[in-house]
Amino acid sequence: MGFGQLPYDVAHVLGGAMLLVSFVLLYQRRTAALVNALALQGVLLAAAAVWQGYVQGAPQLYATGLIALAAKGIAIPLFLRRMMQSRMPDRAVEPAQSIGLSMLGGVLLVALAILVVLPATTGARALAREDLAMALSIVLLGLLTMITRRSALGQVAGLMTLENGLVLGAVGVAGMPLVIELSTAGLVLVVIVIAGFFARLLRERFDSLDTDMLHTHRGEGR
Amino acid sequence: MLTLLGLCFLALLGLAVWGGSGRMPRAMFLGCAACMAGLGLAGGLALAGGELPPTPLPIGPPWAPSLIALDALSAWFLLILALVGLPASLFAAASPPPPAPVARAEGAAFPLFLAGMAAVIVAADGFSLLLGFEAMSLASWGLIAARHPRGPGRRTARLYLGFAIFSGLCLIAGFALLAPAGLGFAAIRTAPPEGWRAGMVLVLVLLGAGSKIGLAPFHVWLPLAHPAAATPASALMSGAMVKVALYVMLRMLMDLSGPAQPLWWGLPLVAVGAATALIGALRANLEQDIKAALACSTLENMGLMVVGLGLALVFRGADLRPLAALALGAVLLHALNHAGFKSLLFLCAGAVASLAGSRDPDRLGGLIHRMPWVAGCAMLGAASAAALPPFSGFASEWLLLQSLIQGWRVAEMSVQLLAAATLAVAGMAIGLAAAAMVRFLGLVFLGRPRTPMAAGARDATGLMRAALLIPAAASALLAVLAAPMLALGGGAIRVLLGANAHAPVTGFDLVLGEVGARYAPWAVAGLLALAVVLIAFAVRRRSKLEPTRGPAWDGGFMPPPAHLPFGDPLSQVSAAGLGQPIRRSLGAIALGIVERHEVAPPGSALPAALRVEAEDRGFTHVLQPLTRLRRTLSREAELLRNLTLRVYLSISFGTLVVLLALVALLERG
Repeated sequence: MGFGQLPYDVAHVLGGAMLLVSFVLLYQRRTAALVNALALQGVLLAAAAVWQGYVQGAPQLYATGLIALAAKGIAIPLFLRRMMQSRMPDRAVEPAQSIGLSMLGGVLLVALAILVVLPATTGARALAREDLAMALSIVLLGLLTMITRRSALGQVAGLMTLENGLVLGAVGVAGMPLVIELSTAGLVLVVIVIAGFFARLLRERFDSLDTDMLHTHRGEGR
Repeated sequence: MLTLLGLCFLALLGLAVWGGSGRMPRAMFLGCAACMAGLGLAGGLALAGGELPPTPLPIGPPWAPSLIALDALSAWFLLILALVGLPASLFAAASPPPPAPVARAEGAAFPLFLAGMAAVIVAADGFSLLLGFEAMSLASWGLIAARHPRGPGRRTARLYLGFAIFSGLCLIAGFALLAPAGLGFAAIRTAPPEGWRAGMVLVLVLLGAGSKIGLAPFHVWLPLAHPAAATPASALMSGAMVKVALYVMLRMLMDLSGPAQPLWWGLPLVAVGAATALIGALRANLEQDIKAALACSTLENMGLMVVGLGLALVFRGADLRPLAALALGAVLLHALNHAGFKSLLFLCAGAVASLAGSRDPDRLGGLIHRMPWVAGCAMLGAASAAALPPFSGFASEWLLLQSLIQGWRVAEMSVQLLAAATLAVAGMAIGLAAAAMVRFLGLVFLGRPRTPMAAGARDATGLMRAALLIPAAASALLAVLAAPMLALGGGAIRVLLGANAHAPVTGFDLVLGEVGARYAPWAVAGLLALAVVLIAFAVRRRSKLEPTRGPAWDGGFMPPPAHLPFGDPLSQVSAAGLGQPIRRSLGAIALGIVERHEVAPPGSALPAALRVEAEDRGFTHVLQPLTRLRRTLSREAELLRNLTLRVYLSISFGTLVVLLALVALLERG
């Protein structure tokens, strides 16, 4: 299976699209668009999982895809959108670094991921190799998003991207047990709930979603 | 054989549980003695030909079963352990039990300590060996900490624990480097380390096993920790635990690292061993506590053994097998002799401490009249430790000095010079050790009692006397039968040097092969005994004069005043006074010494005083810089505490990216 065959091409397109959306998440300033991109990435992840389930003949991946679609494609974005509407106006969230620099960093990270994964996985199937490289790129981009964003929502987006990358890597490898998928999805739900709580707390206490404001309130004397 | 070993181990573990309950401690310690006798029997059987090949046990880590084996090297050290463990257990059974919580802690830790040491010796894979080593370290720490719930003894216990953890970590790292193929000894031997990895193994073993042996500059804990435990535990630590560390060193450097290691491997061992021997012998002359002085003498002996081990490595690297066998024979024989006389001396010191009430020589004296058995045993042990000719220490130190003298046979100039310098240092250390033994005997057993306690001391009786007589008899036998004993241990030399090597022994003589030097202990002992008998006969039977009792060994001072029936302490030489010439002339090599002369103000009736404060240079030059470094590092690390969430994320992210870049770079290269 390689370039030019349908299973490989479709998986490649879906993974590449997720990577692209990760870049969108990295630079997008407007909160509404950020939530939309998150939802898009969740849907793409669900499609990738379902496609992998079809290609590998592994029905448990359909369940993974459904969970991803329901949680990341629909439920979480809806929740975030409602929270945004009720708590804050639709205004731009400014990244800490300039867009150009963070995009450049993202490109370098993707190059690094490819440099690491491709030589390390010689002997594995081409599909798994490309998939792993893309998954690692998405994870790194998610981390970069968490660093460059100042707002709580931006950090939530980074965390979600990171987790999506992990799941993409997991579904790309044949024989991964379903249990881990379920637990990961559950974990992310918990994390999102905590993040939502955290955002709400911030909003109510300080009337802002800026995490840097927490810093002076940590209770360990400087 | 396997059954015997298994029974002894199970019994020791059961005894640990029993000891933890605190019931009938005397029977528990007698059980320990029986186990030690069983292990010694197993060692003797294995030396006589019944070796145990590597055998998997039904227990072990998840990846492989534990292996045990009993080759000649293990058997030799098992014999050493039994030689110390048997009298120490008997002595523990004879001592009055301490208060309940201490007795329970010691009762649990003592059998575990024995079992840990035996496990190190019989282990045939790295995991079991390290497990035994850690059990040994922890149990011995428990034995020290149990006696000292607080105060300076507790600080000593903490210092010891720190060094024990350090040596354990170094040995774990050493085995990780040795064992890319597997932790079993057979697997390690098939793929011996090379290049930088072999060098790292040498450094790690020197740090790990070396700090347990007490090699300079990591010797500072030993003169503090060994005397801090109860007497049987002190004897075990000083007589057996350091030997177990020496076994680990022999096993890892000479056996597991393969025979192809270069010549320079031995040089750091020779240098460090000589320095340790000198420091230990010097400090043995300056300590106020008799047990601490004995612990320092252990440093001296272990230093000499490590010199011999280094020489064996040098000779093997230079392809001089007979000389390597000579040096190795010296190490093995001295390990056995030292186990005998050092456990004897420690038990004598313990008997003095418990029966005469003090470990300070300035509160003892004249005990030879009150405790003839203990004094006789101590004299035998001290004569052995001082390496006087017919006694046991002489044979092995003679072999060691002979092998140092043969250092010129290695073509390299550096080795020749180092061997010559080491010969001088080792000779000085041996002489100083003899002086320390004279000081020990003279202050404690000769002269007049310095306190009423010392004047009213009773002799050791019953079980305690038996515990003293066992190592005394062993030392006396080893003195005469050194050569047959070393021939019995020839298998251990073959394990390390190949099948062609043999012990430097002919019949009942120790010989140097083609060189021709020869030491016949039986002839020396026989001639001396004959001379003593003749003199005694002449004095007793042939003399016209009646025997008279002369003045005691009082260093030329006046007799005690009449109002002090036990003698004025100031009219006899004190411990510090006897050590003063050595302290003034040589003490600065090992100790940083501050002397203050405090003169009383005019008109005051107070006497003038000379205060001496000494601190080991290991503290000032190694431990204190390390402490300062730790403080600095923790201050720097404190800066990391007050950062924002994003900076923390950036730090971990940066680390991840750097590691990934490293992976990519390594894959390309």
